[in-house]
Amino acid sequence: MSDRTDLLIVGAGPAGMAAAVTARRHGLSVRVVDDQPAPGGQIWRGIETVAATPRAKRLGESYLAGAERAAAFRACGADYESASQLWQIEPGFRAFVTRGGKARAVTAQAIILATGAQERPMPFPGWTLPGVLTVGAAQILLKTADSVPEQPVWIAGCGPLPLLYMTQLLAAGGRIAGFLDTTPRGRLGPALRHLPRGLGRLGDLMKGLSWSLALRRAGIPIIRHVTELRAEGEGRLQRLRYRTEAGQEAEVPAEVLLVHEGVVPNIHAPLALGCAVSWHAGQHCYVPVLDAWGETSQANIFVAGDGAGIGGAEAAEPRGRLAALRIAAKLGRLDDATAETAAAPERSALSSALALRPLLDAFYAPRPQLYAPPDETLVCRCEEVTAGELRARAVEGRPGPNQLKAFTRAGMGPCQGRQCGYTMAHIVAAAQGRSVEEVGFYRIRPPLKPVTLGELASLDEQEPAA
Amino acid sequence: MRPDIVVIGGGTVGAAIAYGLACKRQKVLLLDGDDGDFRAARANFGLVWLQGKGLGMPAYQALTRDSIALWRGFTEQLEAETALDLAYEQNGGLAFCLGEQAFEKRRLDLLRLHNQRGDDEPDWEMLDRSALERLLPKVTLGPDVAGASFGRRDGHANPLRLLAALHAGVLHHGGALRHRARVQRIERSGTDFKLVLDGETLTAPRIVIAAGLGSPELARQVGLDVPLRPERGQVLVTERLEPFLPLPASGLRQTSEGTVMIGATKDHSGFDVSTTGEAAARLSRKTVQIMPALAKVGLVRQWAGLRILTPDSYPIYAQSQSHPGAFVALCHSGVTLAAFHAEDLAAAIAAGALPERFSPFHQSRFDVPQAA
Amino acid sequence: MFRKLHDPGPQAVTIFIDGRPVTAELGESVAAVLLRQQEGWSRTTPVSQSPRAPYCMMGVCFECLVEIDGQGSVQSCLTPVANGMHIARQQGRRSLSA
Repeated sequence: MSDRTDLLIVGAGPAGMAAAVTARRHGLSVRVVDDQPAPGGQIWRGIETVAATPRAKRLGESYLAGAERAAAFRACGADYESASQLWQIEPGFRAFVTRGGKARAVTAQAIILATGAQERPMPFPGWTLPGVLTVGAAQILLKTADSVPEQPVWIAGCGPLPLLYMTQLLAAGGRIAGFLDTTPRGRLGPALRHLPRGLGRLGDLMKGLSWSLALRRAGIPIIRHVTELRAEGEGRLQRLRYRTEAGQEAEVPAEVLLVHEGVVPNIHAPLALGCAVSWHAGQHCYVPVLDAWGETSQANIFVAGDGAGIGGAEAAEPRGRLAALRIAAKLGRLDDATAETAAAPERSALSSALALRPLLDAFYAPRPQLYAPPDETLVCRCEEVTAGELRARAVEGRPGPNQLKAFTRAGMGPCQGRQCGYTMAHIVAAAQGRSVEEVGFYRIRPPLKPVTLGELASLDEQEPAA
Repeated sequence: MRPDIVVIGGGTVGAAIAYGLACKRQKVLLLDGDDGDFRAARANFGLVWLQGKGLGMPAYQALTRDSIALWRGFTEQLEAETALDLAYEQNGGLAFCLGEQAFEKRRLDLLRLHNQRGDDEPDWEMLDRSALERLLPKVTLGPDVAGASFGRRDGHANPLRLLAALHAGVLHHGGALRHRARVQRIERSGTDFKLVLDGETLTAPRIVIAAGLGSPELARQVGLDVPLRPERGQVLVTERLEPFLPLPASGLRQTSEGTVMIGATKDHSGFDVSTTGEAAARLSRKTVQIMPALAKVGLVRQWAGLRILTPDSYPIYAQSQSHPGAFVALCHSGVTLAAFHAEDLAAAIAAGALPERFSPFHQSRFDVPQAA
Repeated sequence: MFRKLHDPGPQAVTIFIDGRPVTAELGESVAAVLLRQQEGWSRTTPVSQSPRAPYCMMGVCFECLVEIDGQGSVQSCLTPVANGMHIARQQGRRSLSA
């Protein structure tokens, strides 16, 4: 296998797979690296093995749809490297990848970052206790390990994913202790203003409503407008305390608490590459600045999929194909007019897929308390830095997030700030009376994914410089 | 508050001077740059180091020696005032030698340096492999390690904690600190200096320019020509490990948190602060050659900073002749020299004149004589 | 904490967690198996030794780090099980000799 390729795609989820298939169709050599052991991304995780099992049905049709995508991807002729960690990309491009204990550099003319999204970090006291997981994590356990919480489970947060997971969990025979809905009061009105644009997606809305109805029919206790959460226990989650907007407080026994407050794009790779990002006020997160094809401010680096802004799998695929078309044109395999023609249906598919998004974004916008946790909350899980420490330091001379990182070690651990970056930005902003957008994010440094010194040392010494 | 003196530059050099001035009852305002500035102070390796320094510049060796002699007291005061642990240890320091040739070369280099200074008792020695093994019982050395030089006065500290403590120390002594305060222009206003910032001006009778690579442009406005160039240094840091390395080595030290710092490269790449895979590989290879067990350890972060280098790599300390009251302080060993900056240098600046013993560091040593 | 809904049957393999044999199923991750164990934790932190367990299951939180077949700090949520695999929970900082 040559270590030179026309196109390097990072991520084998919906966007990465669609991009690979399209790029191959136009004759590009394509390399796809992904840290998962099999294609599918998070939405179709484990699809190749799960599709043939009885539990596949329970997971729903949109999950099953991944099977044919994975098959098409496998057949497209791209060099696919699963279980590969990409830890750095240098201009040129040289991408450094580790697989099976060996590091090596891949040279590519264009790059598509299809690294998807992560769940929005949700700091509260006790969120580091064993027994507290994200809803996404529980859904992955259901998909790939057919595992459910042993005891009736508490679920807290908002967004479509908790509803979907609870429906899937009930279908699998799991039990739910209650749903702590963190959606603030009064969200429906502003959200409905976006309804006209979303009318074409009524089916999706109905699906969401049917999930809610199913939960109500199953008699799941739903506590609305929860503003505060606290997980407690000796060495593991044992109790859960919550408080609602109306001041209702309760303490309940709990073994597993699943949390979810929406998803945000993975921006570490674009940030490390110096791609411009901007604040997306609707989705309360940073998104890469992209042109209509998904090209970033750095020529020949593209972002597709949820990494380009949250849109779900249905938006990810056209985004992946658009990026691949543009790269095929840039590399001379396609003339611009043909690329434009091929892009038209993709753009309309993308626009349709995104039609409901503003309504969802408005309805499920993070509650104001989310990033203002009590002082004792660990903001940085890795280095164990509390909100109180960050607040105290944020007022001394009004430093930025990188200075605070240097002074407190918040963001210096193995997760590289993936779990504390947004909280840090909000705490600094609140303490200094600035906007989150102005405060900015951490400077992202390699490695983007873990790599050992031995793996680094194994890089070929004779490797020519780019 | 109208400051007696404004220090431009909140890195380790500027902050140490500001702290020293504040301790001496000067009303100090410390201006720090933007969050995304180059900031060598945030890329520092953390050695408080003597061995090998000052060949060809005896005054620099003396300065380093003086600063290290002050370091313990300086740390203790700062820690007491700020409740921050600077993790300063002075257990000596090593420079590993790979191969007998490198070992012999190191010995000769240090001997030359020693002879330059005179005939004092040496504060260094060469340790052969077995002596080194006795010193590092938890380490299995790679087969190529011939030995190391050992400097008795060497040590290390947490450079980020030092910077945080200096900032806190300035506040503790009644000084003021402002981040994101970029000085755009310096003007004379009577006997005062007028500093033009974004949207406001500040005046003070005295200023210190310690703005790292941003200094030449500011210094020029007060009649000082300071030639500087950046030199990129790339550093690796690993995950936290149980303590295994009881003393730091040049290019390899275990921090009090347990992480291992590896570095740094010396690259000439202008103002580029990106990191390279090639450097990560090279640093890792050398480290694994010294301690093979580190091969299994995870890299957590690689970063790059820009050293502030003068043409001869030694510091610049000067007061402007055309603009008395304007000082400049620039160097690339801000941690080792921090104690000196906070004590002797700050005292001299507070007194308004740099003493004769600082004259080897005046920037005029770089002035090109006009062709006859 | 979690339980498996079906018997792995012919897909069953044996892995060792801190020396103890445990049944797992091909295709699932080491983290998924850890979450089915009695002990709720999978590592203690290098900062305060507080217990942690897999949190995100998708490689972004680094809470699920364990030692796998002698290599420390491996993300167990990204590592599929293999027959005979040896898993060790990490306690605090890793030791260099481990």
